[in-house]
Amino acid sequence: MIAELGHYALVLAFALSLIQSVLPIWGSQRGDPRLMAVASPAAAAQFLFVGLAFAALTQAFVQSDFSLELVWANSHSTQPLIYKFTSVWGNHEGSMLLWALILAFFGALVAAFGHNMPATLKANVLAVQGWIAAAFLLFILTTSNPFARIFPAPMEGQDLNPILQDIGLAVHPPLLYLGYVGFSIAFAFAAASLIEGRIDAAWARWVRPWVLIAWIFLTLGIAMGSYWAYYELGWGGWWFWDPVENASFMPWLTGSALLHSAIVMEKRDALKVWTILLAILTFSLSLLGTFLVRSGVLTSVHSFASDPTRGVFILLILATFIGGAFALFAWRAPSLRRGGLFAPISREGALVFNNLFLTAACAAVLIGTLYPLALEATTGEKISVGAPFFNMTFGPLILPALIVMPFGPFLAWKRGDILAVAQRLAVVLGLVILTALITAWAMDGGPLLAILGIALAAWMMIGAIADIASRIKLFRVPAGNSLRRAVGLPRSAWGTAFAHFGVGVTVLGIVTTSAWQLENIRVMKEGETATIGGYEATFLGSEGRAGPNYREIAARFRIARDGRELGVMTPSKRVYTARGMPTSEAAIRSIGFSQIYLAIGDEMNAGGVAVRLYWKPLVLLVWLGCVVMAFGGLLSLSDRRLRVGAPTRARRTVAAAE
Amino acid sequence: MTRKQRRLSLIGIAGVVVACAVGLILYALTDQIVFFQSPTDIAEHPVPPQQRIRLGGLVKEGTVVRGQGTTVTFTVTDTANDVPVTFTGILPDLFREGQGVVVEGMLAAGGTFAADTVLAKHDENYMPKEVADSLKKQGVWRDTETN
Repeated sequence: MIAELGHYALVLAFALSLIQSVLPIWGSQRGDPRLMAVASPAAAAQFLFVGLAFAALTQAFVQSDFSLELVWANSHSTQPLIYKFTSVWGNHEGSMLLWALILAFFGALVAAFGHNMPATLKANVLAVQGWIAAAFLLFILTTSNPFARIFPAPMEGQDLNPILQDIGLAVHPPLLYLGYVGFSIAFAFAAASLIEGRIDAAWARWVRPWVLIAWIFLTLGIAMGSYWAYYELGWGGWWFWDPVENASFMPWLTGSALLHSAIVMEKRDALKVWTILLAILTFSLSLLGTFLVRSGVLTSVHSFASDPTRGVFILLILATFIGGAFALFAWRAPSLRRGGLFAPISREGALVFNNLFLTAACAAVLIGTLYPLALEATTGEKISVGAPFFNMTFGPLILPALIVMPFGPFLAWKRGDILAVAQRLAVVLGLVILTALITAWAMDGGPLLAILGIALAAWMMIGAIADIASRIKLFRVPAGNSLRRAVGLPRSAWGTAFAHFGVGVTVLGIVTTSAWQLENIRVMKEGETATIGGYEATFLGSEGRAGPNYREIAARFRIARDGRELGVMTPSKRVYTARGMPTSEAAIRSIGFSQIYLAIGDEMNAGGVAVRLYWKPLVLLVWLGCVVMAFGGLLSLSDRRLRVGAPTRARRTVAAAE
Repeated sequence: MTRKQRRLSLIGIAGVVVACAVGLILYALTDQIVFFQSPTDIAEHPVPPQQRIRLGGLVKEGTVVRGQGTTVTFTVTDTANDVPVTFTGILPDLFREGQGVVVEGMLAAGGTFAADTVLAKHDENYMPKEVADSLKKQGVWRDTETN
């Protein structure tokens, strides 16, 4: 009964999204405030009803109601409660419902917090949001109904894919979707401004918080997914240039470009058409990601089921929205009033530089991801484009943006003085060279590329610190004054410094793990000791254990350094009983920011077990850097300007429009 | 600089970056991609040694031999032709005889395939798409295998 109510709520939400798609935009065209006023309550009600549907599905999963086909196929009565809960989106239908829920959530947020926007803009934004919601709700209702029943109801479910039975499933998809779907707001803003044919600096200020929110969540979602893959798949890798990873990385790249171009638009009233284009591109790439992951054209842990009608439907949604948006863009963009131009050496020049390389790097990833699909569709030839392609193309294209990054915040708007900035950064450069020399000495020369990588990371990190130091006039005025300046500094300045510092931290982690990772694969018998990175791992023996819905063989290793015991690590091999599917559970021990990583393979004929030992120097920095970036985004989001500045602008714009 | 010159210089710089990007991508696409082949493809059109390829098929029943240390040998088959494979390392969890597999590496002398990567499947119902397609071509595909 509850499932039927959920289904009904979903149908109602679809009907509401249709109303939200049509009435507000009609009102804005006719200048009818009553029709425009429909948008906000419709968006709120749509959120409510999708929320009810989601709650109904959650209830079915938590209660293990196997009369629902979805619950039967993806859950099991012995699953721990947390996994029953996360099973809701550990499947195709449920994950699409989560997508729709988050979409409706963002629509409701715009309705609730958009009161300082001009009424027509708000109505149009919510209408565009309504189109997207209508398309996806129709998709769910017609091809992926999560509430389908089976009769007779089975006694037991088929269990969730064991790889997904992890706390990562509770965190990664919601974060990633908040990012993906969050960019729909930027898209809706772009489409609305194109429909109105009017765009100004205030637009950038309204859209910026939404872009920031989406970017923060996408950053965290990608980082979390990467860490999950790292510890769950047992290969010790954290990024595979897998098409599914690329699908989430591309909107991140253009989203980062959008963040920066929106600043130029807000401050200098320039780059307007480009910013609109980026907003459309970013959400288009989010949709493309959804298509790649959900349509079954790619096979990965993310593609749950491949039903061809679903792929075609998502492709239609993709074509309609991307095609429609670009048609609208081509039609309206020439009529938008162009902003001013500027000198190449200036803050805005640096931001354009950033945009240029971020989008070029994104294009390289896009081609590497789509080329195999296109080739197979046209010639039937099957190829794989792997890490070497991306290292060769993405690396050189992102490098200039990283090198120039510390210059940006030092340059003045309008006309920067590159020599003055170079003088200020000379100290930083000195410190960077010192860092590189110390690293080279400590690592006995090390690979040259790795030393340069360390230098690059240091350049970005010290550059970010120097930015703050120069703003608070550290060492040039008394310390008390500096402290007062630090407190008075706009949050967005701190945000920039943190985010840029975070990029440096991530690069540092990537360089150290790639260059100095140690790997030791061997067969070990009880009592044997293997060494890795100066640590000794002694195989103590293995034992069988039983979990709630699996059996496992856990191998115990004593970890010691110079004879001093540090603890016991127990990697295991599990077999999930319902599906009879084996998985490996790696054991990880963090030592500072570095990690020892142990995974076991099969038992060997001669007795003993295959063991994979890794030493991963500073690997945690890869993800910590992302957290620092996201924290920077959060600081920027809390900037006073975004909370206080907008209403005054809004009133002026409305007045000007009348 | 005049307004026009500025605009042109901006477009020029963008053009150079785009040209570099296109050049890099084209170069990498000719050099860094790996072709997928079935045992029959290799039998009919031998690939030169030292060229990386992906080989896909079924792990032939009864051919998995664990040798010294962590080296494993097995045979990949599409039922029409077989290719012997050696691999050193830990096999993925779902590697089983009679199941689909994709290995990446190079053909060594004597027709043995030296794999450096054995690709894992993500769940027990899943067959790598390339393998499924090439088995369908050989006419040995059974739908029941994938439920």
